[in-house]
Amino acid sequence: MTDITDPKAFAPEAQLGDYFALLKPRVMQLVVFTAVVGMLAAPVAVHPVIGFASILFVAIGAGASGALNMWWDADIDAVMRRTKGRPIPSGRVAPSEALGLGVALSGLAVMMLALSANLLAAGMLAFTIVFYAVVYSMWLKRSTPQNIVIGGAAGAFPPVIGWIIATGSFAVEPWLMFALIFMWTPPHFWALALFMRSDYDDAGVPMLTVTHGRPATRRHILAYTALLAILAIGTAFTSIGGPIYLAAAVVLNGLFLLGAIRIWQRDEDDSEADNFAVERKFFRLSLWYLFLHFGAILAEASLRPWGLGGWS
Amino acid sequence: MSLRQEHEIHTRRKGRNVGVGLMLGGFVILVMVLTYVKITQLDFQIPNAPNTTTEEAIN
Repeated sequence: MTDITDPKAFAPEAQLGDYFALLKPRVMQLVVFTAVVGMLAAPVAVHPVIGFASILFVAIGAGASGALNMWWDADIDAVMRRTKGRPIPSGRVAPSEALGLGVALSGLAVMMLALSANLLAAGMLAFTIVFYAVVYSMWLKRSTPQNIVIGGAAGAFPPVIGWIIATGSFAVEPWLMFALIFMWTPPHFWALALFMRSDYDDAGVPMLTVTHGRPATRRHILAYTALLAILAIGTAFTSIGGPIYLAAAVVLNGLFLLGAIRIWQRDEDDSEADNFAVERKFFRLSLWYLFLHFGAILAEASLRPWGLGGWS
Repeated sequence: MSLRQEHEIHTRRKGRNVGVGLMLGGFVILVMVLTYVKITQLDFQIPNAPNTTTEEAIN
């Protein structure tokens, strides 16, 4: 019999979608895409079934680290507007369930990747999960304004893992893709922090906007975007680049730099006046920026069998 | 008492249970296909039998 005085009797029942939401599906999309590009850009062909299974296990590993992050950060998520609807702060999933799911899926993903691809790829996946869940979530995020800079490495590992799935070894090229995501992450998140305003402050997360102020964040966005442009355009002249990539990189970095300069030139009054339109536009552009850079790398790799990709 | 007695929780969690079942089924099929692909690849070696390909092992 249901006791109407018991609030647990009316607790929302977790559905499959709630557990899926714990895996941060939008982050998983980025992980899958960049890992696929890393795998297909490698000079070794992978059997489609092995490639599909390996990327699936990388995605599961990424999702598992997302669940561990949500378990650890449930207190922060409950305060921030952007995250308070997540499964744990909204009460749909118990924290212990998220922890269990994260640990179980991490073990499964690493073990299965070792079987489907190789031990080195599995080791890199395990390292990435630990880096995101422990180094970033448990340590850096609450202790330093460089949280997003160093923590960005966790999101940058998937193309390296993809490359190792195909080759079984390290090379310079996947680290260029790593550097691209690594350098892209800070301006992407700092733009978000600018227009989410008090969210990080309320949650006590030492984002750059909170510790060094918003004008300093604007300067940092410009500096990182300039360094990113040099790196991104320079990558065009390596073995994973080519004319398609160069054209994409020149256009995208031109637009990205222009956005960063506009952000740098504005003050809070300008931003408040148009509800952070420039910052929001820069954030949206950053998503296209990464997608199209990796799309161009994929295009160069796909044309290579016909002697068209790259500079040769 | 019937073995198929339905509890309210069965209907409430039906979607979840069906979803988990489908995922487990998909996982089993994936492992089967992956195993087939692995052992039919030319460079496959039987564990503890270095330098022995599938073909040599059969012959």
